Amino acid sequence: MAARKHRRVGDSPLVRRTLIGLAVVLTVLLLFMPLVLIFVQAFAEGWAGYVSNILNEYTLHAIGLTLVVALLTVPLNMVFGVFLAWLVTRFRFPGRKLLTTLIDIPFAVSPVVAGLLFLLLYGSNGWVGQWLGEYDIQLMFSWPGIVMVTVFVTCPFVARELIPLMQQQGREEEEAGVVLGASGWQLFRRVTLPNIRWALLYGVILTNARAVGEFGAVSVVSGNIRGETNTLPLQVELLYQDYNTVGAFAASSLLAGIALITLVVKAIVEWRQSRN
Amino acid sequence: MATTDVMERPAKRLSAPATKRVLPGFGLSLGISLFFISLVLLLPISGLFIRAAGMGWEQFWFVITDPRVVASYKVTALAALAASLFNCVFGLLMAWVLVRYEFPGKRLLDAIMDLPFALPTAVAGITLATLFAENGWYGQYLADLGIEVAFTPLGIVVAMAFTSVPFVVRTVQPVLEEMAPEDEEAAMSLGASDMTVFRKILFPTLWPAVVTGGALSFARSLGEYGAVIFIAGNSPYISEVISLMIFVRLEEYDFPAASAIAAVVMTVSLLLLLAINVWQGRYLKRLHGG
Repeated sequence: MAARKHRRVGDSPLVRRTLIGLAVVLTVLLLFMPLVLIFVQAFAEGWAGYVSNILNEYTLHAIGLTLVVALLTVPLNMVFGVFLAWLVTRFRFPGRKLLTTLIDIPFAVSPVVAGLLFLLLYGSNGWVGQWLGEYDIQLMFSWPGIVMVTVFVTCPFVARELIPLMQQQGREEEEAGVVLGASGWQLFRRVTLPNIRWALLYGVILTNARAVGEFGAVSVVSGNIRGETNTLPLQVELLYQDYNTVGAFAASSLLAGIALITLVVKAIVEWRQSRN
Repeated sequence: MATTDVMERPAKRLSAPATKRVLPGFGLSLGISLFFISLVLLLPISGLFIRAAGMGWEQFWFVITDPRVVASYKVTALAALAASLFNCVFGLLMAWVLVRYEFPGKRLLDAIMDLPFALPTAVAGITLATLFAENGWYGQYLADLGIEVAFTPLGIVVAMAFTSVPFVVRTVQPVLEEMAPEDEEAAMSLGASDMTVFRKILFPTLWPAVVTGGALSFARSLGEYGAVIFIAGNSPYISEVISLMIFVRLEEYDFPAASAIAAVVMTVSLLLLLAINVWQGRYLKRLHGG
């Protein structure tokens, strides 16, 4: 940025200092302190207490289930997100705008409603659920139901990160690739992927953070069976309601750690993109 | 994020109307996208509406106008309104400070703005409840002032405000960054005061972004569940949010009632989403002179 001689709004030192001060104080109160509290509470019984809380049988099981849910959800939504972004940024066709609006639905829907949608359809009274019941397949109140609602809730993130970037980059490079005789897969691997890999990485990390942290929707379809269908956020709720505050915050600290990693990755990705 | 829509530029650079599709994968990506969207989004959503329609108008009306449910609409809408108004002010302040000034720790401040999107809502919920509890870090001082947050509707506002912090910041930031300085500098050099220039020149450009962010924050707050239930106290008629109401009906195994209320919430959410999209499209056109 070139040094400006012209004065702009808010340049005077008094305004500047007041606004920065206000912003810092509010952010510390609203965002930093909650983060600090999580770790202070988690370690309230010392390091040994923290470890034993994490190693609690049910907490360990919840960690495992949460990892499984993320491992199934994230790749699925990554593939879908890449295809959707490719579709809406590389082709013009009627209904393109509608597709990008539809994909925002999970952002607008209450997580509890999201859970209910799947319960109505795949529960023992639902159309699909009844039919599956005849084959003894139960999706709700077991892990497949948790995966299904998590896919619903987190499906927009990858596409939402990729679409603005791919739109901005345009399709000239890929068209050049086609002229040079590249196949679809080669085009994606050699031209598109190198251009979008950082945004894709952030999309995937964000999808992961939301997948491991989904609470409302999962709560509706899980049935909260300890040691069976409890994910980590549900385990946090259970421990908190059992007045095991330290245990609840110990489990929370793992989720907060994932959130922090997500923020760091985002900062790196933005730094990389601004350098280009 | 829904917010990134703001940065979506009209694809003017992409010349040549693509009547001939040069790039491969149209059929494949269309097929996969439609299949996925139909199966994951449209099928379950239409299931809800069909279920709600199947219960008959009278019973539907009876369920959705139950006094306890109506009270929860009011609590939810008012708290969401208060939370998004707070975020309009706070978001504008943060976007301004992050774009206009340089100071140590700025990157950290910028990065932490997204925390509410990355932190699971249940974790946010128990954290805020602990902070604002009577003996909590904040609650003890607020209690001296006679302000109760935990287990009151005010707690709902705090939870909603926390979870929707990033919306306004992230919609206003790019607009502020792209704003051309000429008009502002001209007005300043003609001797207008900071406040006048902000009101007459900056604010007319900024407010559509503030409204968009505020609307996104409102929409998100209407559906908030995880962060709210731990701090709200959840007493009927006073501090029950609408998502909790659906949950309560589900726990009573009253599926028709849960579906009816959910259909109302879903309709409002979809209308809001549509309104925000139309509004964004319009103001983007104006912003980029299309």
